[in-house]
Amino acid sequence: MLRQAASHARPGEYAVEAKDLVKDFGDMRAVDGVSLGVPAGSIYGLLGPNGAGKTTTLRILLGIIDPSSGTRRVLGHERPLDAAPRIGYLPEERGLYPAMHCRDAIAFMGALRGLPLAEGRRRADELLAGHGLGDWARKPIRTLSKGMAQTVQLLGTIVHRPALLVLDEPFAGLDAINQARLEEMIRREAHSGVTIIFSTHVIAHAERLCERIAIIAKGKVAFEGAVDEARARLRPIVRLRTRSDDGPWRSAIPAGARRHGKEWVFELPESGPEPLLKALIDGGAGIETLAIERPGLHDAFVAIAGDKAAAQMVEGPAR
Amino acid sequence: MTHLLRSAWVVGRRDFTATVFSKAFIFFLIGPLFPVLLAGLFGGIGARVASQAEQPRVAVIAPASDFAKLAAAREQLGEAMGDRPIVELVEVPPRPDTQAQVRDLLASKHHSVVAVLTGAFDQPRLTGAVDEDGTVAGQLGLLLSAAQSGPKPLEVAPTARSSGSVDRTRSITAQTGQMILFFLTIILAGMTLSQLIEEKSNKVIEVLAAAVPIESIFIGKLFAMLATSLVGIAVWLSVGIAAMAMFTHDGAGSIPAPAVGTAAFLILTLIYFAMNYLLLGSVFLSIGAQASTVREVQTLSMPVTVAQVLIFGFAALAVGSPDSPMAIAGAVFPLSSPLVMVARAAEKPELWPHLVAILWQVLWIALVVSVSARLFRRTVLKSGPAKRRWWKRAAA
Repeated sequence: MLRQAASHARPGEYAVEAKDLVKDFGDMRAVDGVSLGVPAGSIYGLLGPNGAGKTTTLRILLGIIDPSSGTRRVLGHERPLDAAPRIGYLPEERGLYPAMHCRDAIAFMGALRGLPLAEGRRRADELLAGHGLGDWARKPIRTLSKGMAQTVQLLGTIVHRPALLVLDEPFAGLDAINQARLEEMIRREAHSGVTIIFSTHVIAHAERLCERIAIIAKGKVAFEGAVDEARARLRPIVRLRTRSDDGPWRSAIPAGARRHGKEWVFELPESGPEPLLKALIDGGAGIETLAIERPGLHDAFVAIAGDKAAAQMVEGPAR
Repeated sequence: MTHLLRSAWVVGRRDFTATVFSKAFIFFLIGPLFPVLLAGLFGGIGARVASQAEQPRVAVIAPASDFAKLAAAREQLGEAMGDRPIVELVEVPPRPDTQAQVRDLLASKHHSVVAVLTGAFDQPRLTGAVDEDGTVAGQLGLLLSAAQSGPKPLEVAPTARSSGSVDRTRSITAQTGQMILFFLTIILAGMTLSQLIEEKSNKVIEVLAAAVPIESIFIGKLFAMLATSLVGIAVWLSVGIAAMAMFTHDGAGSIPAPAVGTAAFLILTLIYFAMNYLLLGSVFLSIGAQASTVREVQTLSMPVTVAQVLIFGFAALAVGSPDSPMAIAGAVFPLSSPLVMVARAAEKPELWPHLVAILWQVLWIALVVSVSARLFRRTVLKSGPAKRRWWKRAAA
């Protein structure tokens, strides 16, 4: 069943909009003219290395801190706190009261967003049972493992059934199994109409989950748009292995091509694959293997944000 | 406004239940027992040591019959003087050469006397390291005359109260009221501060700040601890009244009523406690917002605590003279006003000054809470070592 939130999400409508956001901390500019639009019902990724300004941007969008200049609009509200009951937020540094019982912690987070405590406890029991933590409902947070505590906090962000979920580095600190579970949960929430924004420095998560992304580097948006648009900025990559080492076919290899052992790697020429193939065959290359690959988000990230920023990113395990 | 108050309620309810249903709260409740026990224990030992140290010994060279009279008089005076030190007498039988005997006694480490009394009742003479108008000489003079004339019979017709005894008891009530207000406020403000630091260190503060206005967090925390303290006060009052009923003849009725009446005094004490706590608690919370470690909190809160002790000392001057210029100045100065006015409630019956004082304090609380909440909002999420704080910049 789609949630109440879904009924507010009309195609083409932005759940979150930001225009020219700037945030200065003393002499340091943490966010420098960030503008973005998050379509309602989409999964939106904020990509960038540590210290790029992702968390500050999210905090501004949520109204935890005010921007030095610029405007933001969240679920139709100029003041994000007015929309707080319809937002769920998982901060980068997880925060729970260690002495609180799991169900009370979830219910309390719901109560902060306007959910009656009794209803929060009822839903907490359901959510905990649904995530295999039913036996832990009445155990204090301090007795949980880090992954379990993170799950409890995540359940606390969705207990009030928000229309917008903001997750700051949600995969950090989770093992592979819990990362997969979290990806599944994000997909499920998005499917039920919830708009999801998450920040990450792991490109693979964004590539698998997001429809749109913003690449942030040094406080600025280097790219904002669909994942495919980012990829489309690069030409397809050709990986070629030949039996011949030299010959007339070498003239078909572009000047910027890199050679790794017997493999050539280069961007597909603008003329396309057919003239390339013809030149290789006619030139006697003796093609052993030839692959034309669509560039990944990581390649796009390198092209957009630069090698230095990309070096701080984690590509993540291929799945 | 409704959202602000509702959010403050959610935050306050959590803080209240987390505190009241914790093991630490039991220690908070039995906390006042420790100073009482320690005061009883160390006070008793200290008094005995002090009394022994302060009791000068005087050798009395006199026949046994004379010494017996003096010793009996000393016993009587000792009972009348209570805990105060009274000269100790050492019996020394006379020898033929009195002068030499006196010299020997003053030099003797065995007897360790400050002076020697000779001449008994006829020609009493005190020789030694004592002043002519000093305590030892004065006490010995009294002992000699009491030993000679014997005790005078005094008929005592006791009454329940007199104006002097009521004034004295009300002064004690005033001092006790001030002390309770002072210590309770300091303890609670400290507890509020610890909770805030704990929330900052376990990062809950960001979860709160993302969901509710920062001002709600501030107000919720402040009032949660106030409610907690009221639970504590209710328990202490009940235990106190029960203890008085068990150990005194008339129970709580044995204490003369404060000048404004017992009920009004209790209500005013609660109000002034709330005022004092809200003033100090909000200052402490804004300090806590700027600090991220316990060490920083200690550094920052020390001046406030010292200032509060000075204010307490200033307010204590008003006890016993509630209309003095000092007392009026203390009542006007916002930070000492609750302490001075609670003492006044014990000693003066008029109620209108309390109404004026409460309005004045409310005005200041609104101002301090509003400024502190704003400061809290600006600084509470700025944690971590990356940024240099103003006091560090100033120190550099």
